[in-house]
Amino acid sequence: MSGIEIALANLTSAPVLAFVLGILATVVRSDLRLPDAVYQTLSIYLLLGIGIKGGVALSNSSPAEVALPLLGALILGAVVPAIAFFALGFMTKLDAINRGALAAHYGSTSLVTFTAGVLFLESLQLYVEGYVNTLLAVLEIPGIIVGLALASRGLKRQVSWSESMREVLTGKSILLLVGGVLMGLTMGATGYSQIEGFFGALFPGVLTLFLLELGIVAGKRIKDIKKGGIGLVVFAITFPLLAGSFGVATGHLAGMSVGGSATLGIIAASASYIAAPAAVRLALPEASPGIYLSASLGITFPFNLTVGIPAMLAISQLMEGVI
Amino acid sequence: MIMKQRKLVTVVIEAGLARRLEGDLRAAGAKGFTSTLAHGAGPRDQRASEVDGGNVRVESVVNNEVLEVILEKLERDYFPFYAISCWVSQVEVVRDERY
Repeated sequence: MSGIEIALANLTSAPVLAFVLGILATVVRSDLRLPDAVYQTLSIYLLLGIGIKGGVALSNSSPAEVALPLLGALILGAVVPAIAFFALGFMTKLDAINRGALAAHYGSTSLVTFTAGVLFLESLQLYVEGYVNTLLAVLEIPGIIVGLALASRGLKRQVSWSESMREVLTGKSILLLVGGVLMGLTMGATGYSQIEGFFGALFPGVLTLFLLELGIVAGKRIKDIKKGGIGLVVFAITFPLLAGSFGVATGHLAGMSVGGSATLGIIAASASYIAAPAAVRLALPEASPGIYLSASLGITFPFNLTVGIPAMLAISQLMEGVI
Repeated sequence: MIMKQRKLVTVVIEAGLARRLEGDLRAAGAKGFTSTLAHGAGPRDQRASEVDGGNVRVESVVNNEVLEVILEKLERDYFPFYAISCWVSQVEVVRDERY
């Protein structure tokens, strides 16, 4: 498949099309929304499903195989937000608090970008190491901690670490991802075979429905993009490519496959819009959601979904054999 | 039946702050509260829980002293930063020891 064919295959996949439909719904001012309870159910399904599958894959992997990718993910978790913080200093006029808030978002991850990426790679018959789901869980937290720590340099008071960390650690993202991994590790492939019909075959359909809702929410944020200025828009598009390239290189250096390295790139390129905003709102009330959510949800998320995912695959294919 | 006068304080706040607010209401002396999901828009219209949560409407019936503490807390720690609306109404209750 050529690069253009791959990009087209991604753009015409069901989840991406549903996302576009969601954005269109906001353009025509439709009142379409998923009911709260349905949204919550779908999000629990996706988080738990990814966790369980990661845990099952982990139970089939040797510690030696997983150790290097895990270490690489931890390094990415510390380095990516730090680079984001300093890059924003050059590219925008934002203060340290807003730059730290953005660094927390870009250091953390987006489950949906990751899931759409893995499904896309699998649709191309590419092998993706099952334990990458665990790397997603690992990368969710460090970015938030580093981002908040950097932002605290601009504060005259102490950051309320305990409340923010409690929010992150007991929020449903980490609870279900980590809990799911532990469940998967415990039940193994035999236990998973009993629930595979529910968490396997239905998964792409549920993701499609979830992306319809995210399209509606992202569509509402697009009008706020100008608030951050052109520098922020450029950052929200170029930084995922940079961070993603680091992720892909890390994957190859850690001995992962082309698909696995592309996936680690997709994780590193993605920006959080659920766990990070919740923690940042509590710890950094001075930071503006109009800036960090518009960037992560209004620009980076659609960009990654349409361009970033196939771009990470292309970069991974380029790096194969070079690293 | 004898009714006693109390104040009903209603706060609509972005979902991510609901747990903190409920704790602060308790700390101010409120003996209980009711929280429900809420939809709407306001002049600030910027909430971090855009994707996950929306708004929560927290209500509590309190006496005048507790109300003062709550309003001071809101004015200092919430109004400057968050998407929040607050109003107070006069209500009549039975079993006034509960409030």
